[in-house]
Amino acid sequence: PHALVFLEHRAGVIDSASLSAVTAAQHLGGKATGLVIGGPDEVPNVVQQAKKLKGLNALLHSTSPEYSTPVPEIVSPLFEHLLAKDSPFTHVLSAHSSSAKSLLPRVAARLDLPAVSDVTSITHDSSDGATTFTRPIYAGNAIATVRAPASIPIKLFTIRATAFSAAATSDAAAEDSVLEPIAVTDPPTQHIKTDLTKSDRPELGAASRVVSGGRALKNAETFKATLEPLADILGAAIGASRAAVDAGYADNSLQVGQTGKVVAPELYMALGISGAIQHLAGMKDSKLIVAINKDPDAPIFQVADVGLVADLFEAVPELVEKLKQQ
Amino acid sequence: MRPSAVRLLNILVPIKRTVDYAVKIRVNPDQKGIDLNVKHSMNPFDEIAVEEAVRLRERLKDEVKSIKVVTIGPPKSAETLRTALAMGADSGIHVEIPDSAPSPEPLGVAKALRAIIQREKEQGGVDLVIMGKQAIDDDAGQTGQMLAGLMDWPQATFASKVELDVTKNGANVTREIDGGLEELRCRLPLVVTTDLRLNEPRYASLPNIMKAKKKPIEKLTATDLQVDLTPRLETLKVTEPPKRQGGGKVANVDELIAKLKEAGIGPVSA
Repeated sequence: PHALVFLEHRAGVIDSASLSAVTAAQHLGGKATGLVIGGPDEVPNVVQQAKKLKGLNALLHSTSPEYSTPVPEIVSPLFEHLLAKDSPFTHVLSAHSSSAKSLLPRVAARLDLPAVSDVTSITHDSSDGATTFTRPIYAGNAIATVRAPASIPIKLFTIRATAFSAAATSDAAAEDSVLEPIAVTDPPTQHIKTDLTKSDRPELGAASRVVSGGRALKNAETFKATLEPLADILGAAIGASRAAVDAGYADNSLQVGQTGKVVAPELYMALGISGAIQHLAGMKDSKLIVAINKDPDAPIFQVADVGLVADLFEAVPELVEKLKQQ
Repeated sequence: MRPSAVRLLNILVPIKRTVDYAVKIRVNPDQKGIDLNVKHSMNPFDEIAVEEAVRLRERLKDEVKSIKVVTIGPPKSAETLRTALAMGADSGIHVEIPDSAPSPEPLGVAKALRAIIQREKEQGGVDLVIMGKQAIDDDAGQTGQMLAGLMDWPQATFASKVELDVTKNGANVTREIDGGLEELRCRLPLVVTTDLRLNEPRYASLPNIMKAKKKPIEKLTATDLQVDLTPRLETLKVTEPPKRQGGGKVANVDELIAKLKEAGIGPVSA
């Protein structure tokens, strides 16, 4: 097998989820080539990082001003070109990120191929050319084992980053080569702007500690005032349940759950979160789950390693004070 | 003849009947699937899509010529079509597949939708497809992008805001992306997939439910559309996720801190 790994980057740094995709490619037991696309001011720097990723045998990079805010309509032709007849690639994978989720199915359909989403494990059988995947369905309440037989010449899939460790950096550098961009004349879609939520905290999807709040936080002010001191002292990212997001306490980029971010940090603290199925699907693979809730029957306690039945408006400030004294 | 100065939009909304989102699903002991003898309803993201189509008409009035809903599924999917008609869609298409047939894959569904769009050409074509970003059963999240790819149309996935400009033949769509929002300007015809915050779907009123019973539903088969809905991926088994052993309790904050310490977790140095 020979995998093409789509490496995404932001502000000159390779996304940690893409590092997990590099690791996932190793599970196929063959070669792996990275692909970096972007604008002229980004690509050289990203290529320097990508070349040193353990597990990549080669690196392709394509530079065009159009790729600096890439839309699927403009990027898909590049993939179609790479994967056209006599392509060396047997697999194409990426993180299950918002941009790859938009792009890969489009590419797959253009090539008349099915795609597999949000993969959590991979095995490849070189003797019959079949790849078997597991992936969560029904918001993680069931796991499907799916086989892509040899009759699917190129297997396209996205991986769940929390299911694979991040690829390490090595001293050796893979060979890199330029891939000519494919110009799209008169594209039907134009990028207008991107608004990223600014934060000094670690990024939710990649943080090793997450402090999350639910509807019990009452309003946006108490959400901030209660969670931020705890997140500060623990060096944690802040998350929120869907109920808290829908009620306007927190920005929707902070939502943890099946329809938001799926996280698996070392520590996940659920504060005033009842533990709806949707939410559990987004955090139940965390290493240590701590829950504080007034309701002793809240479902969150069934998955929590450490549960405290208490009023969070008393318990959280006490916790912050006592952690400060340590 | 339609007046040439004003463009009239035909909207197509593909919908899916799925296990109701509030049902706690159970995996069958034979590991071939889950227990489907439970409450079903319209996939929640598709409800948002129907609602958005109806709201576009409320905003644009006569500029929206038709709202057609389509489903590809077993006989009971007709109920889901009726729900969408009661919300305000004009007519439905049911591509019926036998109860015994395997559930089609996103690529098969996208091909069936392409065939339907081609059939609609005689009636003025399709200018806008609005559909859910994913179905909450298989969680694939691919069909919209695949349809856009097959049609060579633009796509705007995970939409949280859609502004149509009919005279300019375009739409501005705000999308939910990792870490924030993105705005795109797309030409029509266009495929939009919906995210949670696009709108809150209405409940159909009783009079509208009665009216919906008289709205037309056209029945088709995969053969009529000349598409093959046979899955190309093989589902080997469906299993329960590993159970998490939770349930540990502490009595107070001091004990909680002790547990954190045990796990090697303390404050970060300032």
